[in-house]
Amino acid sequence: MSMTCWETVQAYGLRSLGIGEKLLPRTDFTVCQQFTLIGSGLLWNIYFGVLALAFGFFLANALALAKASRSPWTRKPAEWFIFVFRGSPLFIQFFLAYEALVMLPRAGIEIFGLTVQTAWTTRAWAGALFVLFLNTSAYSAEIFYGALRSIPKGDLEAAEAYGITGWQKFRRIQWPTMLRLGWPAYTNEAIFLFHATTLVFFSGFPAFSQQGDALYYANYFADKTFNPFIPYPIVGFYFILLTLLVTLLFGRINRHLNRYLPQNQKSRIRLRPQVIR
Amino acid sequence: MLSACADPKSIEGLTWAFCYLTSGKHLAFYWSFGTVLLLLAITAPAALLFGFGGATAARSPFAPARIFGKTYIAMVRGVPDIVFFLFFVIALDQGIEYIKYLAVCPPGTPSPWQGLEFRVCQEAKVPLGTSSEFWHNAYGFMLAVVTFAIVFGAFTANVLFGAMQAVPRAQLETAEAYGMSHGQVFRRILVPQMWVYALPGLSNLWMILIKATPLLFLLGVEDIVYYARELGGSKTQAYEYPHGDWRLIYFLGLMVFYLVMTRLSEVVLTRLSARLSKGQATAAGEAMRKAAA
Repeated sequence: MSMTCWETVQAYGLRSLGIGEKLLPRTDFTVCQQFTLIGSGLLWNIYFGVLALAFGFFLANALALAKASRSPWTRKPAEWFIFVFRGSPLFIQFFLAYEALVMLPRAGIEIFGLTVQTAWTTRAWAGALFVLFLNTSAYSAEIFYGALRSIPKGDLEAAEAYGITGWQKFRRIQWPTMLRLGWPAYTNEAIFLFHATTLVFFSGFPAFSQQGDALYYANYFADKTFNPFIPYPIVGFYFILLTLLVTLLFGRINRHLNRYLPQNQKSRIRLRPQVIR
Repeated sequence: MLSACADPKSIEGLTWAFCYLTSGKHLAFYWSFGTVLLLLAITAPAALLFGFGGATAARSPFAPARIFGKTYIAMVRGVPDIVFFLFFVIALDQGIEYIKYLAVCPPGTPSPWQGLEFRVCQEAKVPLGTSSEFWHNAYGFMLAVVTFAIVFGAFTANVLFGAMQAVPRAQLETAEAYGMSHGQVFRRILVPQMWVYALPGLSNLWMILIKATPLLFLLGVEDIVYYARELGGSKTQAYEYPHGDWRLIYFLGLMVFYLVMTRLSEVVLTRLSARLSKGQATAAGEAMRKAAA
């Protein structure tokens, strides 16, 4: 039985979410099937990337401030958090988190008479997202911390001369400048976070009923067809598109952050590979 | 094996722990740390070589070489590197077997790509079906090393290309004014000066390389991740040393290993950077001069 390409898209377009055809194709693989299924898996990469970045942004800001603070009670924990997550492979972090989450009591934890279920924490959508969130927070915090330290001294002195101090100084001068200075590096972090999401289903977190990410399906096809020359380039193609999209979006924000500066002082985004973590 | 450990079920306490940690499987686990270090020791210079070649090609006045170099550098941007890892291991394996197929298979054998399989005749298998397990492992490791070198070579090429561009133009022009040839300018002026500009990027890559080594596990090499999973998994009474699920402890051990590796590298690289900046016309060099005065 052969399907037209449109029928294939209808059958497998949302397969990664468990919608559509139950069984994955087993014989007579077509390029259309590979494009559709791998694209369907990309939804997971987008899910992990977008949510981890969105939550991570806030924790990263808090960590950067904590690392820059004078009190060792806030500085030391932040330094250790950043060191542990930046100094060890994400791959190991996934494994470790998965093993730790599996150890939670199966029946759930009793808190004030309420039973909190724990089984869902070992699923990729929750567990892996949590690890990615902590990981990107650490990397971004280091970027923002660096930016915080490179704010021109004159800007802060000028603010104080105008009588802007304390929280006002931070909110109106320090924080916007920190974002502006750190943004090109943060763009790179965002791109490589999306790349890192491909590790999820290769590291501890199992895919249930064959619902995985783009690389999971590409690997499935490569295993079944013994031909790596079609599925992997397709993943590559999708990720180049995703990278372009992220660059475009973050470029817009960068322009907004730099809007008041003269042309020659605006900072540009340059793609710098920092790759696997 | 020690005589005290002959019957693991009858011992306990410290002796048990000692015997457990020196069991044959554990010794293999300790050796696998050597595998990781070996991978680093081979890949780092190989990637540097590939990177130098790529960067030089990208600067070449000869168009095809330049296009090749630029494509190689651009290859790893935009696409997750793990895709390359999974891709190259199969592609290299098939490529090697295909070349051997052309050479040794008797004429008339069908093409190796048959529908959903890749199959060459017995004589063209790499390594041969009859070779020992050592060669199978060594071949798998070699594929992994080449893959690492290709991918990290591309990153290195990117860094070195940038560093070559960063060497002040005036230096090269002065050398040309003295009548040096292209090759002489490259060897005597450009290459010796580019390292200080390349060092931050290369240090970053070294850290990334360390943290990329667990991917060996994905490539099918019996590395530390493989053993941590094997040894940590719960063992029933059928085993010599029965225990519960200890994988968390083993992975914590791996985490500490990586943290120590990255921390040590950081310290060494900071020193190296200070050494290279000495007397250089860069901000870091200027700061050192001022501090001394």
